Amino acid sequence: MADFDTPALKPYPVIPPIEIGVMAHSKPYVAKPEIQQKIGFPGELVDNWQQVAIDKMGELVDNSRALRVFLDSCVKCGACTDKCHYYLGTSDPNNMPVARQDLFRSVYRRHYTLAGKYFPGLVGARELDQEMLDDWYSYFHQCSQCRRCSVYCPYGIDTAEISMAAREIMDTIGIGQKYCNEIIGKAQTIGNNLGLPQPALLDTLEGLEEDIEEETGVTVRLPLDQHGADILLVTPSADFFAEPHVDGLIGYAKVFHQAGLSWTISSHASEAANFGMFIGSYDNMQILAQRIREAALELGVKRIVFGECGHAWRVAYNFLNTLAGPFDFLDPNYPLPQHICEVTYDLLQRNALRMDKSANDDKVLTFHDSCNVARASRMGDFEGGQFVIPRAVIQASCNHFYDMPAHATKEATFCCGGGGGLLTDDLVELRVKGSLPRMEALKQAVDDYGVTHMAAICAICKSQFSKILPYYGFEMDQVVSVHQLVSNAIQLGGEH
Amino acid sequence: MSIELDGKSYETDEEGYLVNLSDWNDQLATAMAKADGATLDENHWEVINFLRDYYEEYQIAPAVRVLTKAVGKKLGKDKGTSKYLYELFPYGPAKQACKYAGLPKPTGCV
Repeated sequence: MADFDTPALKPYPVIPPIEIGVMAHSKPYVAKPEIQQKIGFPGELVDNWQQVAIDKMGELVDNSRALRVFLDSCVKCGACTDKCHYYLGTSDPNNMPVARQDLFRSVYRRHYTLAGKYFPGLVGARELDQEMLDDWYSYFHQCSQCRRCSVYCPYGIDTAEISMAAREIMDTIGIGQKYCNEIIGKAQTIGNNLGLPQPALLDTLEGLEEDIEEETGVTVRLPLDQHGADILLVTPSADFFAEPHVDGLIGYAKVFHQAGLSWTISSHASEAANFGMFIGSYDNMQILAQRIREAALELGVKRIVFGECGHAWRVAYNFLNTLAGPFDFLDPNYPLPQHICEVTYDLLQRNALRMDKSANDDKVLTFHDSCNVARASRMGDFEGGQFVIPRAVIQASCNHFYDMPAHATKEATFCCGGGGGLLTDDLVELRVKGSLPRMEALKQAVDDYGVTHMAAICAICKSQFSKILPYYGFEMDQVVSVHQLVSNAIQLGGEH
Repeated sequence: MSIELDGKSYETDEEGYLVNLSDWNDQLATAMAKADGATLDENHWEVINFLRDYYEEYQIAPAVRVLTKAVGKKLGKDKGTSKYLYELFPYGPAKQACKYAGLPKPTGCV
């Protein structure tokens, strides 16, 4: 374990006194030149970086009215100060959303407002110098772009947008984050974040088919690159690789099987995650989204369904059509895109699946709302569907379900601590500390209701919890996939 | 960064993974483990050798489930679990074992 103290779990949430600069040392590894160049950025810090950065900032505020309004409208009311999990977990005041925004806003004021140009000292306008760039690199990689602060901001200022813009500016001058940018490059060349080539994917899926058959006696296919299938499943590559993710993938396969739906995975678009969003890069986001379109056309599918991945769902739900549309070749009778939870929910509503809830009687469940699903998208055709539908799927699969406290669920959900491109070992201190509010909420559900397991619908959340639960005295396997519960409960065979 | 062994220097990335996969040898694996305060016994080597074989065939580390299944077949079902692998490699079988096996670190949401 690393050399920092895991915060103590308190019986109720406490806003910590500030400790200035305690997280200034937290910086992710910088991407090497070849990683940067591969995805269209300069390999290292460009000579006239200050000017390039300021010009880029101007371009971004010109192109995004939202960003400009976020920068202009903060009245320093303080409503956001105690809303960020990274502030609550680290006590560093630069992790208060308003302070994080001000790292960007002060430079914007200096160069793009009248008062800031002439009276910088009076309006908190500052230069983007080396010290400021260091602060940017540190603190814009301490924001998981979860948007919890924006829920409480009376002006709706979205720190995630500001973080994305800051990261894009840093990439433009040649300073990128290794974790995100290496992954984006891999996904663009191989088709997924892990770099799983087609033969490895095939071997893995065949292995899963064997496992299911051994366990249930039923042949359930996990087809790869199957032309003419109706549904293209786009899921995070962690679903092929990691636990408990893979148990969720098995769950999707069983749902498709039992509903008699023809489906396939594509080796070309074997990744739902789109890290282009984390670095605010529209161009990179588009390249990744285009692969999904290409795969859908190539395989001739009629529908696109996304697996359990938080930010993928945000990108898909909000931007897929703009990035890679129009999808007029798909069946208009189905929503585009569709979430696997929506698919399962619809089937459950129609009594098309038989579920034995007692299969999960060894567990008492709670549900972690993933930020990008909770605050940046929706499921179903009714308000709040993104909260109702995953819970309905869980409750159809088990007898014992309890929610965590209201300040930590639904639109108020706390980030797992590893979202937004921060799920990397070089940020483990931040990840552990940032998960404190979620761990306190979980502890409360454990104490009040005897909760044993927390279900999630995001690959990042699942990996993050597997890693950090032990720091807080829990077991790593106390996080489960939502479709893992479905997988346990669904009755295979019989009439479809 | 680099690892020094027997007067030779082997380049690694920031996290200690070998940059040139062809540099790998048994002694290097032992040295990397030693640097983490770990000693490799035959059970570790079973996993490391499997990882290397798999990588040679597929150009990627095996998924955790592929690994547990292979270990279970070789060493008995009770050892074909991620719990057993975490006992061997407490920092995570995918990451720590890959490092000692000279493979790149798995990337992504894992």
